[in-house]
Amino acid sequence: MGERKLGRATRDAYGDALVELANTRDDVVVFDADLAKSTRTGKFGALRPERFFDAGICEANMVGTAAGVAACGKTVFVSTFSAFLMCKAFDQLRMAVAYPRENVKMVTTHGGITLGQDGASQMSVEDFALALGLPGVTVIHPADDPSAKQLILQAAATDGPVYFRLGREKAPLVYEADHEVRIGRAEVLSDGRDVTLVANGMLLAASLDAAEQLAGEGVEARVIDVHTLRPIDRETLGAAATETGAMVVAEEHLTVAGLGSVVAQTVAETCPVPMEFVGLHETYAESGQPAELLRKYGLTADDVLAAARRVLARKG
Amino acid sequence: MPVLSAAECVAKCKVVRRHIIEMLAAAGSGHPGGSLSATEIVTALYFHHLRHDPHHPDDPDRDRFILSKGHAVPVQYACMAECGYFPISELATLRCIDSRLQGHPVKGTLPGIEASTGSLGQGLSIANGHALAGRIDGRAYNVFVRLGDGEIDEGQVWEAALFAAHHSLDNLIAIVDANRIQLDGFTADILNTEPLPEKWRAFGWETVEIDGHDMDAVFAALEQGKAHRESPFCIVARTVKGKGVSFMENEPEWHGVAPNADEKARALAEIG
Repeated sequence: MGERKLGRATRDAYGDALVELANTRDDVVVFDADLAKSTRTGKFGALRPERFFDAGICEANMVGTAAGVAACGKTVFVSTFSAFLMCKAFDQLRMAVAYPRENVKMVTTHGGITLGQDGASQMSVEDFALALGLPGVTVIHPADDPSAKQLILQAAATDGPVYFRLGREKAPLVYEADHEVRIGRAEVLSDGRDVTLVANGMLLAASLDAAEQLAGEGVEARVIDVHTLRPIDRETLGAAATETGAMVVAEEHLTVAGLGSVVAQTVAETCPVPMEFVGLHETYAESGQPAELLRKYGLTADDVLAAARRVLARKG
Repeated sequence: MPVLSAAECVAKCKVVRRHIIEMLAAAGSGHPGGSLSATEIVTALYFHHLRHDPHHPDDPDRDRFILSKGHAVPVQYACMAECGYFPISELATLRCIDSRLQGHPVKGTLPGIEASTGSLGQGLSIANGHALAGRIDGRAYNVFVRLGDGEIDEGQVWEAALFAAHHSLDNLIAIVDANRIQLDGFTADILNTEPLPEKWRAFGWETVEIDGHDMDAVFAALEQGKAHRESPFCIVARTVKGKGVSFMENEPEWHGVAPNADEKARALAEIG
């Protein structure tokens, strides 16, 4: 376990996508809130300074201003850390972006707890809960660099508000560069019939590692990347529940109101089966190395494996 | 649409104030005070200073008007109906189920509404965005935004004020409807936002202070704001909350209460 090749961070895929958009699209405008080096939006700013605005440490005004620019026909990106956009500018996202359905792409970085040593104030453990509380907003959390770039470019080519959580750390490579992913389509990465492991972000590689371990014990796990939390892929999840009869959902987020809740609702409406949830249980995290944090807060392949065994026992 | 003179706008204000009273009475709820305090300003905008076409509300070159203090939307609906954005009879649907005339402005529901407001403090940022897009696209439109002296308690307003000045958004004109009253009482008692002109100047805005019920002064300030270059422009309009209806004037309790049948009759008689 843990032998997977590391790719680049998903925030670096964002930088690449923005460079591509800077060179191909005249309607793209990018905002940041004094974190342009960290989020990689600075790469766009270097190429298109006339369409890049560092709003300063003013997330609320940044979102409102971005919405006004979008209302005039632009495709607008707003970026800062996941926690700061969602927690500091939530009402602006509600009133100025989601409600009027402005074409604003909320691409945030340093999501989850794996940003590491900066500690809990910088970490987002509730961003999906908030993003899912914005009706009509597409919500995406890519697992690796190749899939992140594709999904960001697809979002840029589609009208309407989209929320992305990207990560600070190098992410394990899950996809080949030429593997096509689509917004709203869950990816079935291994096709087992005994149990389903649903995950996204950093927990996807952990789930694949857990599936390898299970395979050694004769248990065939189906692993699904639900990179798009909304719109949720009901067909793929419903089929997985029906065909495997047990499911684990793993995410770098509170276990309430994130991927686990969305998948559980979908499974409840399609084919109810026993489920277990891997995530942060009623807690904030702390400073530490990313791997240490994942271990301490129960977000490793071993934790997915333990959850799979629990759910298999319940399946009977 | 015809452009009215200042004198004609004064006459139009009576019509607008009557609409405000009638639609709030019909709805049975709403905010008369802040609509009546801004009647001269909003009337001057819609009937003289805004370059707009009610039949082409999405014209990319239109001037924008954003009502940041969204609870005062009856004055905007009244002016829009009088301009021909929608039938005057539709004013009677204010706040009713299925109506395009929502209790606070909703973008996309009623053509001509530029922003969804009502959660206070957000309109200046959205106006910034329109002003910025106009600059990026080389369009000559102006963006007008109306704020309240209570609303600017909100910190986002000052973030937005910094941004507009930093980027020298000289196509942006903010009008602070300084009627001295917010929901819970007088702004001087709840949270003092004075001295207003000094604050806006300190934030980098060219600022004038006027009597917001003096139509000639309103016209002159709006002309000055449109002509001003190199910084955003702020008009601090000293107004009377509930202006035009004696029993509503300067009374905090008339911030958010609709007149009953008797009060409506007395108000209309006073307005004339």
